[in-house]
Parts: sequence; structure tokens; C-alpha cells
Amino acid sequence: MLEITTAHYMVLSASLFMIGVIGVMVRRNIIIIFMSIELMLNAVNINLAAFSYQLEHVVGQVFAVFVIAVAAAEAAVGLGIILAFYRNKETVNIDEMNVMRW
Amino acid sequence: MGEAIAFYGLSAFILGFAILVVTTRNTVHSVLFLVANFMFVAMLYVLLSAEFLAVIQVLVYTGGIVVLYLFVVMLVNLKGSPEAHEDPRRLARTGLLLSGAVLAEFAAIIVYSAARPSSGATVSDAGLSDVGGNVEQVGWMLYTNYLIPFEVASILLLVAMVGAIVLAKREL
Repeated sequence: MLEITTAHYMVLSASLFMIGVIGVMVRRNIIIIFMSIELMLNAVNINLAAFSYQLEHVVGQVFAVFVIAVAAAEAAVGLGIILAFYRNKETVNIDEMNVMRW
Repeated sequence: MGEAIAFYGLSAFILGFAILVVTTRNTVHSVLFLVANFMFVAMLYVLLSAEFLAVIQVLVYTGGIVVLYLFVVMLVNLKGSPEAHEDPRRLARTGLLLSGAVLAEFAAIIVYSAARPSSGATVSDAGLSDVGGNVEQVGWMLYTNYLIPFEVASILLLVAMVGAIVLAKREL
């Protein structure tokens, strides 16, 4: 219990990932859904860092850097789409986002 | 023992703030809880001796991405969220309590380090020898074995930047 192993970090990562999944499933505000996706990417990064620590090899951290780069790109494009949609439809509720063109 | 205390404390904060991000009604509060969550994840990276990742986490996530979220939340101007204004001072007591807890913590640290002045010196002596080793290793790996994925990631960021500008601009 007092010795922290990689399994502990994996449990933490899985819990954080599940909270993100619940956020994506339950919430209706698309900005909150994007933040839940960021939580899930963070859970993946914790897993990568934990295995990098266990295996004493930095390649896990290199991949975590790539995940952060992809998360930044995803946030920029996704928030641009949200802004463009909001200018046309005046809503951020995903239940009202049911058209592919307008 | 110390690692266990740090891990369980950080885990409690990470999961607690994650739950608050998902459950809070006010979107601006949700973004601010996300900042706290990312800061505690950065501390967890330090615990895992991934210092470079911790710095990148603070710079890119809390400094860049979350500010972007905050901009969008302000721009879309959500009408509603009526529960945010009913009683502006309802959290004052909780805030006072938490500030008192932080003050007590600082006082405990000062008293503890004043009582044992020798312990601080040994820690800094041991820690200074391997500062920057992690950054050097990650940089070496990034620019030798993973050079092509690194360049692809930079092209991805360029494309995302152009795409975001095209999407967000009203008329080109």
C-alpha cells in the first residue's frame, strides 16, 4: 500500500480517463466536452510517464510530448469550429447541432 | 513513505478537480478547475522524474490551451447560468477556510525547517547534481531517433494554426 508501483499510476490514469468519458457522455455543452477530451489526453500522458519511469527509458516522455502537440492542434481547430458554428447558430448545445451544412 | 503521501495527495486533487470540471454548471469555473487539474498533473510528472514534461504541461496546457478555452467561453457569451449570480458571497466562508489551511501549511513548513536547519542543505546538495539530465535525454531522443515524427508534429501544428485562422476569421 505504501509502495507506489506502476499499477497505482495506471489506476489513477484509468480513473481520470473514466471521468473524461463520463463528461463526454453526460454533458451537453460542447466546450465542456472538449475539456473532458483534454482530461482523457492527460490520463494517457500520465500512463506514458509512469511507464517511462518504470522502464527507465525516456521514449514514453517523447510520445507524451507528441500527445501534447496533437492536443494543442486539436484544441485550436476544435475551438475555431465552435466559434464558426456559434456565429451561425447562436448555440453551444450539441443537441441542436444536427446539420452538416447551413 | 514520502512518495506514497505525495502520490495519494496529488491523486486526490487530480480526481477531485476532474470531477469538478465535469460537474460544474458555470463554464468559466469549469475552465479554472481545469487549470488546477493540469497544475496537479504537472506535479505528478515531477514525482515521476519527468521534469521536461512537467514544464511543457505548465507552458502548453495551462498557459496556452486553457487560455484559448477561456477566450472561447468569453466570446460565445452564454446567456443563462443564472445560478452564478444569486448570492455572490456564498463561497466566501469556504475560501476563507481554504486560505487558512494554506497559511497553516506554510507556517508548519517554516516551523519544521527552522527546527531542523541541516535537512534543507543536504537535500539541495543531493538534488543539484542531476538537474537537467531529463531534459537532455528527452531532447537527444527527440532529435535523433524521433526526428521525423517531430517534424511531422511541427507540420501538424502549422496546418492547425492556418485552419484555426481560416475558421475563426469572418471573411478572408
